[in-house]
Amino acid sequence: MSDLVPFAVAVPIVGSVLALLAGLARSKTGWPVAVVASAVHVGVAGELARRAFFEGTVRYVVGNFEVPYGIELVVDGLSATILVLVAVVSLGVLGYARVAGPRSNAFYAAYMLLVTGLTGLSITGDLFNMYVFLEITGLAAYVLVASGEGGRSAVAALRYLLVGTVGASLFLLGLGYAYVATGTLNMAHLAELLAEVGHTTTLVRAAFAFIVVGLLIKIAVFPLHTWQPEAYASSPDSVSGFISALVSTVSAYALVRVVYTVFTPEFLAANPLAQDLLAAAAAVSIVAGSVFAVAQTEVKRMLAYSSVAQFGLVLAGISLVNEMAMVGALVHLVGHAIMKGGLFLTAGLVATETGARTVDDYEGLADRVPLGATVFGLLAMAMVGIPPAVGFVGKWYIALGAVETGSWVLTAVIVGSTLLTLAYFARLVERMFFREAPVAPEETGATADEADIAADGADVPAADGGDRPSTPETVSFGMYAVVVAAAVLALALGAAVFEYAQYLQPTVTSLLS
Amino acid sequence: MIDVLTTRYYYLATFLLLGVGTYMMIGNRNIVKKVIGVNIFQTGIFLFFIAAAYLDGANPAVLTTDAPHVSPLPHVLILTAIVVGVSLTAVALGLVVRIYDEYGTLDADVLWEVRNDE
Repeated sequence: MSDLVPFAVAVPIVGSVLALLAGLARSKTGWPVAVVASAVHVGVAGELARRAFFEGTVRYVVGNFEVPYGIELVVDGLSATILVLVAVVSLGVLGYARVAGPRSNAFYAAYMLLVTGLTGLSITGDLFNMYVFLEITGLAAYVLVASGEGGRSAVAALRYLLVGTVGASLFLLGLGYAYVATGTLNMAHLAELLAEVGHTTTLVRAAFAFIVVGLLIKIAVFPLHTWQPEAYASSPDSVSGFISALVSTVSAYALVRVVYTVFTPEFLAANPLAQDLLAAAAAVSIVAGSVFAVAQTEVKRMLAYSSVAQFGLVLAGISLVNEMAMVGALVHLVGHAIMKGGLFLTAGLVATETGARTVDDYEGLADRVPLGATVFGLLAMAMVGIPPAVGFVGKWYIALGAVETGSWVLTAVIVGSTLLTLAYFARLVERMFFREAPVAPEETGATADEADIAADGADVPAADGGDRPSTPETVSFGMYAVVVAAAVLALALGAAVFEYAQYLQPTVTSLLS
Repeated sequence: MIDVLTTRYYYLATFLLLGVGTYMMIGNRNIVKKVIGVNIFQTGIFLFFIAAAYLDGANPAVLTTDAPHVSPLPHVLILTAIVVGVSLTAVALGLVVRIYDEYGTLDADVLWEVRNDE
């Protein structure tokens, strides 16, 4: 019955290969192939999640080897959540990319490869297998970032590649330490053997340090975030939406897996310093990310720095080691993916419609792109954490967890993070809804009519005259549908969290025991 | 201490390679050399795994049941990691070619500046 598990990985791989092959016969066939593969993937992920939540953990050993030797795929409540998130978001972004995105078959092949890597990361039960999927994710992400026009995205991708490779290599080194200490790579088996070796031995501590730092680079926690703003800001709109929603999120999930399943909470209990350092990294990331976000003039860069802050919040949830914070971290992971992905996509939509890419360009946006501005405003408010949006619920659970363990400094930072988030979103919302659009383009002194036409059409030159990645001509129905769906989800998921937390309970309990 | 240095020299070599690789990535202005730095960095880790499996006077674990033999698993893992490394290098060099086509330079400092002016 558990034969369905490998299909979760196989479907996107087949989709990737088919997209590439179809391109040999006819160009522009990539999109339909990717959509079909993605839809099947959503079905498989949904069914696996149903089983994981209602029938208990699903396990599958690849190639029928015995468990500590073979590669195990495990779907429990935690991985099922991320699996469904990956499947749904990738299908959604495809709807957006139909008109907005790069349209070559090679692009869709890389896109499905990224989905493969993310899926594999979320369901693997083997540490080395996790490394391989981490690199597949990384490789596909570098390629996608570079798929923008102009040299800027290639430079950003190369920088991302250099830093990302160091991260993955540190992960590999750390798992080498764990392997030397125990002689196994299966996560569940590692957990037992690491406890036998002793959680305070240097070898085990070093393994933890290398693996966690490697993953923190991939998540882009301050000060290891240097690759991230440029990569998000210079990739095509649909790619930055997709990558910002999923890549860091799944890496953060991998961190949860490593900390809780492999090293177990006992490791953190035996090494209070490790736990304190995680919490400190979280606090610094929240504050620094927000401060940098306020300083940005380009909207996409601002959103990218905002991610640094939000993943600080998730890291805080991970470092607290209790049920509340754990559920909070997971809810915030899912919520952040939907909100941030939606924000990037909306920013892309607005840029397509009006050419507005900087914070100042957003003045009076509500008059020019009413629906886009509304969606952006709603998602921004959800991100700040206005109830009932999902952004509020995640923060609330994490904050409750911090109160429960009595870590008051962290509590203050988490509660304060709401204000910090408001600091950079409020100025955009204020510009969009409460200011007049600049009437005439300065250089010509055009009449009001011409200014109107210019504001409506796509022929507005980019504000700074630089050669931005050129934008597509029209905003399609699909683009609007996807961003509206993201906004609705961000608001609606908040209500579903309580029920979800109940289903997640067994998984969280088993992870924390 | 001396004892550790003389018997565990391959671990020293590992960390030397890691250091050289990191330095090349940070210190070199030429982006091709940065890519070579990544390769050296990864090679250090490969060496770590292979050294971890090594056993003095042991046979390779191929077509033999004679004990003792070296642990084959880290070698297999490293084969996979090498494949990953090769694909990374390929992607990196592809990006380098595109950057050169676009800007006509391989100097990282110039590239970051060009990027800031845009």
